Amino acid sequence: MSTEVTENMIELSGVQKRYLLKAALTGIDLQIKKGSIVGLLGPNGSGKSTLLKILAGLIHPTSGAIRIAGRAPDASHKKQIAYLPEIDHLYGWMTVDETLRFIAGFYDDWQADKAAELLMTMDLDGRQKVRNLSKGMRARLKLIAALSRNVPLVLLDEPFSGIDPSSRAKIIRSIVSEFQTGEQTIILSTHSVSESEPMFDEVIFLHHGSVKLFDTADNLRSSYGCSLENIWEKVYA
Amino acid sequence: MQLNFNSPKPIYLQMVDETKKALVRGELAPGDKIPSLKERAQMSNVNPNTVQRAYQEMEREGLTETLRGQGTFIKNDPALLLHIRSEMAQTAVLHFIEEMRGLGIEAQEIERILRDQLSKEKKEG
Repeated sequence: MSTEVTENMIELSGVQKRYLLKAALTGIDLQIKKGSIVGLLGPNGSGKSTLLKILAGLIHPTSGAIRIAGRAPDASHKKQIAYLPEIDHLYGWMTVDETLRFIAGFYDDWQADKAAELLMTMDLDGRQKVRNLSKGMRARLKLIAALSRNVPLVLLDEPFSGIDPSSRAKIIRSIVSEFQTGEQTIILSTHSVSESEPMFDEVIFLHHGSVKLFDTADNLRSSYGCSLENIWEKVYA
Repeated sequence: MQLNFNSPKPIYLQMVDETKKALVRGELAPGDKIPSLKERAQMSNVNPNTVQRAYQEMEREGLTETLRGQGTFIKNDPALLLHIRSEMAQTAVLHFIEEMRGLGIEAQEIERILRDQLSKEKKEG
């Protein structure tokens, strides 16, 4: 195997996903380099969550090939991937501390010291019950769960949806500071382009289940002569 | 610190310019330690890979030097400041001339307008 192959964290070719009659992904070809923070952008229903779920190994594509770190995905990949789902998957009756201990039990790569540190920087009280947390606090707790793992691939599905600006700023700061340069790859789907723009190396614009644009953020900005936020307006006009 | 994401200029080069401007304005002096890569990324929320490129570029241009285990410093070279100052002045003037030419104004008139404006500002003190 050549070194080029292993440089790519993710390789997708002709990936399609159909839900009964609806085509969610209509043929995705992507090669994502190791060590980058990738923005996955697109309007509702463009296939962002489906793509992330396929990468997380939660659903299978209808057709097409996927390679993660040079191998076809199987159960052992869960050890290499941290996934933050868009839905609320936490139990209300647990406290924040109990939630983190519960999640820690599933993973050998869990970093308890990092979780404790993130709890501080994200301003969360470990003794509070999850059901009493605000939406922004629950979003931060979900992020702590994803970022406390020591894994090469982190998938974050809409970590900012319905979150107030100060929570967003805290989340972005944590992602940037916890990012292990050179070792980790983060793929993050979002609608909040303006705030997350500074942290992206590469950006994917999805449209109707296929890739409309995929390039480095710098290249996109220089070829369109404007920010990603403004490119969004042009792409989805 | 203000990065312009609408500018065609790559973010890492904008970060290099920021350091140069801080140096010319005297906010940084030759020999000063600058924030670590990680600190800079956190301050600006900018991708650490981009910050790394900016730091590599500064080193390549001879603006900074990294001392193993101590951090990154502005090169302690008095000539450096003069060089950057004239380089930035040059860029600003070229930009100005380009704008004026874009308005169809020729050299002689540019000179006159510039002189008039400067003497006006001098009088206004």
